[in-house]
Amino acid sequence: MRSIFPVLTVIAVIVAVWYVACVPMNIKETLTGLERGGAEISGGTAAERRDANAWGLVARNTFALPETWRQDRPRLPAPHQVVGELWDTTIGKKITSKRSLVFHGWITLSATLLGFAIGAGLGIILAISIVYSRVMDMSVMPWAVVSQTIPIIALAPMIIVVLYSVGVQGVVPKAVISAYLSFFPVVVGMVKGLRSPDHMQLDLLRTYNASKSHGFWKLRLPASMPYLFASMKIAVAASLVGAIVGELPTGAVRGLGARMLTGSYYGQTIQIWSALFAAAILAACLVGLIALIERTMLKRMGMA
Amino acid sequence: MIYLVLALALWMTAWALNVRLAGGALLRGQSSTIVVPLIFGATILAIWELTVRGLEVPQVILPPPSQIATTFLQEGHILWADFVQTFVKGALSGYLIGCGAAFLASVLVDRYEFLRRGLLPVGSFMAALPIVGTAPILVMWFGFDWQSKSAVVVVMVFFPMLVNTVAGLRETTAMQRDLMRTYGASYGQAFWKLRLPAAMPFIFNGLKISTTLALIGAIVAEFFGSPTLGMGFRISTSVGQLALDMVWAEIVVAALAGSAFYGAITQIERTVTFWHPSQRK
Repeated sequence: MRSIFPVLTVIAVIVAVWYVACVPMNIKETLTGLERGGAEISGGTAAERRDANAWGLVARNTFALPETWRQDRPRLPAPHQVVGELWDTTIGKKITSKRSLVFHGWITLSATLLGFAIGAGLGIILAISIVYSRVMDMSVMPWAVVSQTIPIIALAPMIIVVLYSVGVQGVVPKAVISAYLSFFPVVVGMVKGLRSPDHMQLDLLRTYNASKSHGFWKLRLPASMPYLFASMKIAVAASLVGAIVGELPTGAVRGLGARMLTGSYYGQTIQIWSALFAAAILAACLVGLIALIERTMLKRMGMA
Repeated sequence: MIYLVLALALWMTAWALNVRLAGGALLRGQSSTIVVPLIFGATILAIWELTVRGLEVPQVILPPPSQIATTFLQEGHILWADFVQTFVKGALSGYLIGCGAAFLASVLVDRYEFLRRGLLPVGSFMAALPIVGTAPILVMWFGFDWQSKSAVVVVMVFFPMLVNTVAGLRETTAMQRDLMRTYGASYGQAFWKLRLPAAMPFIFNGLKISTTLALIGAIVAEFFGSPTLGMGFRISTSVGQLALDMVWAEIVVAALAGSAFYGAITQIERTVTFWHPSQRK
């Protein structure tokens, strides 16, 4: 709680810097627009202004200052424009509309969740088989570790196109990429977690004459939970990135990634920024949700 | 059909061999930890080759490894140009700028308690966000060439690096800091002789996480626009032309570059933090 004041200050400074940055970023387009509207602009013709210093132009045309925060297609939209667009496209539109961010967000979210469920599920299964089989451990684990250093996302366009050509489309190809990205963090974290009980604890179980499955259900699995949740938080963020990137290559028409792509094609910067913020809010909610489950579950288990 | 049978037989032989090796029956000591994964990897490649030939999978779905290798060797100059454009110009420059800036920022954040309380939660929040999403914006600002890729990489590596370095700089115990104070050490002396060395494992952790992020950032940014070369550009256009052998060759390049980059940082870490328990033999 003591951190609230510093955090708010930092956020306020960021917003202030953002507003100030809008002025030099947008001044040239603003002046051009105003000149077309018949206003008197000092600082030469449009061609001369293009190479002029942005701050110098601001100083000579101070009346244009508020206009830099009101552009239709600014180079850098002001915070209130982004918030306004977010509000318009979430609350202001019906959620079935093609222009609603809730609609696009849901497309991305469904791929993310499906992919995350598949990836985390397979990851846990592989982790268990790695812990209980020495052959699996020695042959698969090094590759799982190496694969974390590879930009797997490079595979995304190919997965989409190949699955499309065999007739799979819609949510599944994106979910495959999400699953792929969330798979390896879960494997590595879960293996670490299942191995976290120390020798004393394992020996104790042996003195109780516990079977292998007892050891798994009563010791290894509970002990792995903190590790599993830590890696699931990374994995869910990665699978959202996977779903967004998965929307890019086919020039998809739906989803947050598609909003960014069409925004960048048509210079609709406000649309890009609002899609970016929607993705950020979505990521924060997903990570927050997992943190919440983690806290309640660990508390129930008496670990936190 | 014969290929499929061969693939199955090969799989069973290799698996049996690995079971024996992992049991410690054939090789003594450390060598089996290298041999077993290599056999596993080679088996996967061989089965891939045999299955693709056996089922006659069309080229546009999955090319066999042998053909990927041929493309890799034949188109070496194109791959090299892409590598230079994306990795050296885009990823590496952004990595250096981003990690350097994050390091300086974290020294500042560490110095002032107020900044630490305010910036750290914001920083760790940002580190979890899908920052690749800034790529279209930055491409719009900095143009299609490597500068925009570099900018994306800077934004991507900044926050993980910041969070790790700040955590590392707080790693020293009160005892250690008190000892420095009894020696009459200035802030600078305490920083260089105690807190920076103690922070090194954390800093390298951040640097290692950032290697992968840097490559991802540089490649994804090229999906939003690039000059007519670069790994991301080649991947997206070759996918469009259904030249999947080229795509796979680029992925091999990305994988090699990614692991080499990571390996290089790990090697530096080993020299710098030789004293840390995790590095002791």
